[in-house]
Amino acid sequence: MKAVVDLGGPFAHAPTSVRWIMIQVLGALAPAVLFDLWLFGFPAINLFLVTIASALISEALCLTIAGKPLQPAITDGSAVLTGCLLAMSIPPWAPWWIGAIGALIGIGIGKHVFGGLGQNLFNPAMVARVALLISFPVPMTLFVAPKPLGSVDAPGFLDSLAITFGWHFNLDALSAATPLGYVKTELSRGVPVVDAVNHGASALDLAIGTVAGSMGETSAVLLLAGGLFLIWRRIIPWHIPVAMLGMLLGLATLFHIVDPGRFADGSFHLLAGATMLGAFFIATDLVTSPVTRPGQLVYGAGCGALVWIIRSFAGYPEGVAFAVLLMNALTPLIDRWIRPRIYGRTRRGDPLTPKPKT
Amino acid sequence: MKLFRIRGGVHVEHRKELSSEQAIVTLPLPAWLYIPLQQHIGAPAEPVVVEGDVVLKGQLLAKAGSAVSAPLHAPTSGRIAQIGDWMAPHPSGLTQRTIILESDGRDQWCEPLLPIDDPFAADAKTIAARAAECGLVGMGGAAFPTAVKLDLGTRIKLDTLVINGAECEPYLTCDDRLMRERTDEVLDGVRIMAHALGVERIVVAIETNKPQALAIMTQAVAAGGWSKITVTGIPARYPMGSERHLVHVLTGRETPARKLTADIGVVVHNVATARAVHHAVRHGRPLVARVMTVSGQAVRRPQNIEVPLGTLVAELIDHCGGLTEPPARLLSGGPMMGQPLPGRKVPVIKGTSGILALSAVELHGGPVQPCIKCGTCVSVCPCGLVPLEMASYIRKDRLDAAAKIGVQDCVGCGSCAYACPAHIPLVHYFNYAKGRLSAQEREQRKRDRIKRLAVARADRMEKIAKAKREAMAARKAAAKKPEAVAGSAQA
Repeated sequence: MKAVVDLGGPFAHAPTSVRWIMIQVLGALAPAVLFDLWLFGFPAINLFLVTIASALISEALCLTIAGKPLQPAITDGSAVLTGCLLAMSIPPWAPWWIGAIGALIGIGIGKHVFGGLGQNLFNPAMVARVALLISFPVPMTLFVAPKPLGSVDAPGFLDSLAITFGWHFNLDALSAATPLGYVKTELSRGVPVVDAVNHGASALDLAIGTVAGSMGETSAVLLLAGGLFLIWRRIIPWHIPVAMLGMLLGLATLFHIVDPGRFADGSFHLLAGATMLGAFFIATDLVTSPVTRPGQLVYGAGCGALVWIIRSFAGYPEGVAFAVLLMNALTPLIDRWIRPRIYGRTRRGDPLTPKPKT
Repeated sequence: MKLFRIRGGVHVEHRKELSSEQAIVTLPLPAWLYIPLQQHIGAPAEPVVVEGDVVLKGQLLAKAGSAVSAPLHAPTSGRIAQIGDWMAPHPSGLTQRTIILESDGRDQWCEPLLPIDDPFAADAKTIAARAAECGLVGMGGAAFPTAVKLDLGTRIKLDTLVINGAECEPYLTCDDRLMRERTDEVLDGVRIMAHALGVERIVVAIETNKPQALAIMTQAVAAGGWSKITVTGIPARYPMGSERHLVHVLTGRETPARKLTADIGVVVHNVATARAVHHAVRHGRPLVARVMTVSGQAVRRPQNIEVPLGTLVAELIDHCGGLTEPPARLLSGGPMMGQPLPGRKVPVIKGTSGILALSAVELHGGPVQPCIKCGTCVSVCPCGLVPLEMASYIRKDRLDAAAKIGVQDCVGCGSCAYACPAHIPLVHYFNYAKGRLSAQEREQRKRDRIKRLAVARADRMEKIAKAKREAMAARKAAAKKPEAVAGSAQA
């Protein structure tokens, strides 16, 4: 008998794989996705499926062009996850080509241009979201109020095809503002933020998610539950979401106390928009976030601060995608500067001096 | 006892239940034994017997090759059939010089060395000399000559002896069984070592996944009334048995890079080594056999066996009822840091703590995928390294960059590769880099030495030439004078 001697040890392995990680992340997203698909009905379901399919097709296309084998990369689940995150961050009744173009941008420019899985500098889903937002501002900001499946004014399946695949359907008549958008518009009309927040969706609606918004980001509670599941499974570190949410809450609360007419309060920031999706699923993207715990704290805090700054001062009502992309750009620097101390050495890398024995 | 925290580590599937309840059995004497001359760290041993010699059990076969080396003794009585080349228990599958002994079946001991009557009255040198004479090496796996670590107390101030009963490698249960079944021998060895080292404090550290060993050792220490010895349970987290990490957990002291634990006053010995010290000192018996675990799902009856050194792996496996399936991996040592064996026709040696025949399902293998930078390797590394970054440098053959971020501080525990979801063979990369870097360092030292010698030679030649010139000038001057005199006379 000749035993196999091809690699060094260890000859034991934790029962884990890239695919298993992706599957668990998708599983953690499932409750929030299913809730919002129910909330926004058939058009959302159509768009969701189109986006996922486009992501897979884009992945296959890029792999073919790059001359890489299809099977391992297609089945590792990363393209499905990117497609899912992208779908979750576009308006639910947007036309099909928004999802298709987004997937092509995300997978092609966001990921494969850099060399495929693990090589990308920026979060592919957020690259796509921002590219779409800048290129197609109208369909990307046209949100609808919740029309759950089976409710009176929910579109039927055939109507939904008309909405998604776009032959004449006047969405303007149905459009509704997201809570963040509403506050921003009201502020520009001179209504103090504190009044706009009080007039808008209640905190309970924000938490459950029965408000206008992107296809998967409205339900703060379900996203939080999914995120906690991932932390419990040790797939994402707690450091990024805690730092991000903490910084956002801290800044918002502080400035709200100073000027409630100008700045929304902390709980509103935490519950509205893409905060929960961003903190637990976007900023924590393994590839584009720092690898050390202290680095993750810095990165998370940076994300939180940028979200608040963009929401409060920039032209866009929502800032999660921009904030995460900006911090993605800093990730290599954070990883270079913030490193663990090597055992037996000082932070500068010199060997420790033995302590005098007592 | 207060324990200190260390960073990193992984919870491995320990799989010790396969063999932990199997009492130690003795292997029936094999007909042939294959004793490699290199079984330890340091210089190979030098044979003192020739082909055809008849030897008794325990008789010296080969003497220590240098100060850091260990002699070899006959594991049984018989005839030296050959001193030749035989496949080494090493992944390379290369041969090495091996003494091949044909057993006469009588297993007859030679006249043993005189026991040291009262080891607690003997000095460190005497005990260390006895350990050296009996060929003792560290039996936890590294096989460093024990004697070198026994008289350290005469050179460095030591305060603590740590007995490593962590046995943190999955599958292995031989130390567990030794502590449970040979408790008195182990503890006697421990006390002798502590006396030789001159330490005031002895800590026996046992992972809490071995509750019986922990209880039996605690009881025995209490019964003996040895107040210096503390038996303590430590968390079952790999690599708890790594020397410097174990010391840190027990004492809170961190060993500086490129230093030994002795430099911070602590010496670590393995429980099996302690037992060997007991045999050497109390009975004058050299190290000719050891207890090892034969396990893995491909082995029909996993066991803990006391085996004469030089037995072929094939005989051990046969004694365990053979294999149930062709193993996916055949290993010497544990699965985390053990070495794959090139076949079953290799002998077991002093450092062999286990023979594992693992089936494919146990390996949880998978295709190597791209790194997704999840950072798991960073958080599990007990040495504070960034494995993914080192591996990416090494892939591009930027060894200097990998060295700069600490690849040589890696202890090779394998926690990172164990936990990597992309199944990247990180340890393989690091071993490659460490090998290449130390070769480069050797080259560099050689070049420096050649340069130094060349410069010295040039200096020397210059001096000689200068001296010659001066002598010549002096002679000329001396010659000129009489010439001048002669010349003037001529004129």
